[in-house]
Amino acid sequence: MTGTFWMQVAQLARRSIVRTIRQPAHVFPPLIFPLGLLAVNAGGLAPATKLPGFPTDSFLAFALAVPFIQGALFATMNAGTDLARDIQTGFLNRLALTPLRGGALVAGLLSGVVVMGVVQAGVYLTVGLLAGSGLASGVGGALVLLGLSALVALGFGAVGALLALRTGSGESVQGLFPLLFVFLFVSSMNLPRNLIEIDWFRFAATANPVSYLIEGIRSLVITGWDGQALALAFGVGTALAAVALAGSAVALRGRMTRT
Amino acid sequence: MRAGALGAVLSVAGGVAWRTIHNVFTTPSLLLPGVLFPLLNFTAFAGGLSRLHDLPGFDFPPGYTAFQFVFILLQSAVFGGVFTGFGIARDFETGFTRRLLLAAPHRSGIVLGYAIGAAVRWLFTATVVTAVAFAVGMEVGGNGVDLFGLYALALLANVAGILWSTGVVMRLRTMQAGPIIQTPVFLALFFAPVYVPLDLLQGWIHGVASVNPVTHLLETGRSFVAGDAAGAGLAFAIAIGLAAGFALWALRGLRKAEAAG
Amino acid sequence: MTAREQGIVAEALVREYRGGIRAVDGIDLRVAEGEIYGFLGPNGAGKSTTVHMLTTLLPPSSGTARVGGFDIVREGPRVRAAIGAALQEAALDPLLTGREHLRLQAALHGLSRADRRSRGEALLERVGLTLAADRKVRTYSGGMKRRLDLALALVHAPRLLFLDEPTTGLDPQSRSALWQEVGRLAKEEGVTVFLTTQYLEEADVLADRVGIIDHGRIVAEGTPSGLKAEIGRPSVEAVPANPDERHRLTQLLERFGEPAQGSPNGVAVRLETGTESLVEIVRALDAEGLDVSHLQLHAPSLDDVFLAKTGRSLEGAAEEPSAEPARA
Repeated sequence: MTGTFWMQVAQLARRSIVRTIRQPAHVFPPLIFPLGLLAVNAGGLAPATKLPGFPTDSFLAFALAVPFIQGALFATMNAGTDLARDIQTGFLNRLALTPLRGGALVAGLLSGVVVMGVVQAGVYLTVGLLAGSGLASGVGGALVLLGLSALVALGFGAVGALLALRTGSGESVQGLFPLLFVFLFVSSMNLPRNLIEIDWFRFAATANPVSYLIEGIRSLVITGWDGQALALAFGVGTALAAVALAGSAVALRGRMTRT
Repeated sequence: MRAGALGAVLSVAGGVAWRTIHNVFTTPSLLLPGVLFPLLNFTAFAGGLSRLHDLPGFDFPPGYTAFQFVFILLQSAVFGGVFTGFGIARDFETGFTRRLLLAAPHRSGIVLGYAIGAAVRWLFTATVVTAVAFAVGMEVGGNGVDLFGLYALALLANVAGILWSTGVVMRLRTMQAGPIIQTPVFLALFFAPVYVPLDLLQGWIHGVASVNPVTHLLETGRSFVAGDAAGAGLAFAIAIGLAAGFALWALRGLRKAEAAG
Repeated sequence: MTAREQGIVAEALVREYRGGIRAVDGIDLRVAEGEIYGFLGPNGAGKSTTVHMLTTLLPPSSGTARVGGFDIVREGPRVRAAIGAALQEAALDPLLTGREHLRLQAALHGLSRADRRSRGEALLERVGLTLAADRKVRTYSGGMKRRLDLALALVHAPRLLFLDEPTTGLDPQSRSALWQEVGRLAKEEGVTVFLTTQYLEEADVLADRVGIIDHGRIVAEGTPSGLKAEIGRPSVEAVPANPDERHRLTQLLERFGEPAQGSPNGVAVRLETGTESLVEIVRALDAEGLDVSHLQLHAPSLDDVFLAKTGRSLEGAAEEPSAEPARA
């Protein structure tokens, strides 16, 4: 990779971050809504910790993993709608007329998403710790948690880019967003999988990759160092990112049809 | 109000309601989220959390599916109103609402029309949610009158939701009003005993839920499903009070929109 | 002139969309270096599709073209390095400032940090946006956006400039300012300009040569004055002082030419001979005692050229449904 490529990535990452910061609707909902849901569930579902076999006596600690994924889902939508707007307004054509490489376009966009994802993760972690959650894996775990958050933001951001490149429409990306939430809701977000009573739901949560992302983050918060949970989380995150990036690369070739 | 004036209000309301209903039922992107979100929540809550029914002190004979069904029905009712508020905001951005304000001889009919449109929209959602609930084996202890009480209560919640969102939109007149409409509604709904009965909540959430009027609506709705209409009078009084208060809020908002031109 | 020196050369250029719609149907073009070429036609005629092909954003279905001496299919990156383009939609990011746009564009073109700054400042000054440079683009007027668009197209000092309907929606003052700048670029800097427009006046004022496109084909090409002279017969319009004498006036004027479109109260004819007929018309009016409140000689316009070549008026043609599918 040449210096020009990385310079292009840096410029577009900068633009992605500047755009996000200048849109309050892209900054605050990803912070407020996940933390609001955390507050609500930490209170409302606290009695669940009395279920036999529940892994912790703090539902706040148990649920702290969820904002990381929910925030990443917001990042998906934001990345997707930003890119879709670029397509709709012709800005992508403007970029296509420069020596910009397609890979740099996606990498720049996703770099911005990852930076914002890590900042969000820092906020969630700080709020969780201040609210009394604790972090069983300590300072090292916090760094791993931020790394995992970056990977999740990359993967979900690439999904957003893929949706935008395939549909070329911000409204379509937003319309597909609720479907992504199905993955969050039908997961182990509210109860450990072994405590989910209904068979089909437990099966769906087990088959749902988002469960493993949540459980990896959760293990750092309530268990400490759980190699299996972390391996599954990083494995799923890497696979998600790889598949979405490959799909985005193919979609980008179709979208930027310059000769 | 004179008969002629009432007729004019109803005429305006009918036109606005028809348009709202027509738009919603001919545009899948408007119709589907209002139906899919409640179903998604229902799946996640009733399916994923049913084990909570085993908690000591959780006493709700019809079961956890029915326990969550009542919350989902109320949530869909209130958010049905909120989604209609988004439609009004969109109308302001496109200039359509100003066209209505110019054309309608009795402008309160505009608010009434949006409210009727929201109610019809929610009745569709309620039908789907109810059908799905029964399809997955929901048990109901109450009789037809009890269920009628539940739907009447939810309809009042729907009216309160649309009037709340209309009041906000009439003041702000932009889609940016979305978070301002949604956030208080979300908080009011979730600072209630959503997952377990009020008695099982502890700490600050118990304190907040105890004074949250939504708690009374929710608990009365659940008592209807259980066949014991305890506290129905207070719940209806709260629902009617909320609807009346937000009606005033919406109509004053309408006056502000008129003044803004 | 060698091929490499030439500005733009296109041969039998075709773009066919799904369903067999030929948005561009065999265009041949030759634009010399430093020339301003006006590509005139109604909406949906194929102007933008042609620009997208010549700027490498859309591969042609068949045919060839060289821009700045480079093949648009096989040498896309070299074409892009040679050209600047302001496409139909002023594709700007509403959340970035004018200065940030220029910095980004310059960086993507590989300019050094120092060059980015100096080039950016110079362009901002040239298009009159220095004071607004740090404002977000969403606060810009339509004219300001178009001027920024032009500055962005020029950031890497291209030899050729493509402007796709650059003045659509602009007020007369902004339009005139943009014309001046485009004219200056061609005259002083020798930039080749390929300009699409649906405005007759724009092509007339600005272009050295004009190509008129309709239904994907070039129906006429030449200098504006040459094209007008080619079909050019002037018309005369008169308004009777007494509306009851309209019929007599029509009979009189039709002795000098065939009927033409005029104002609702007037009578117009396209003269069979040149402007010298005007004197004879005045004499005839005098001889027959016909008073007119208004008498005007119309020189031929590019619309007349369009009418002569297609049988339709350019303005009327713009009402037709677009034959140019938007790119998904």
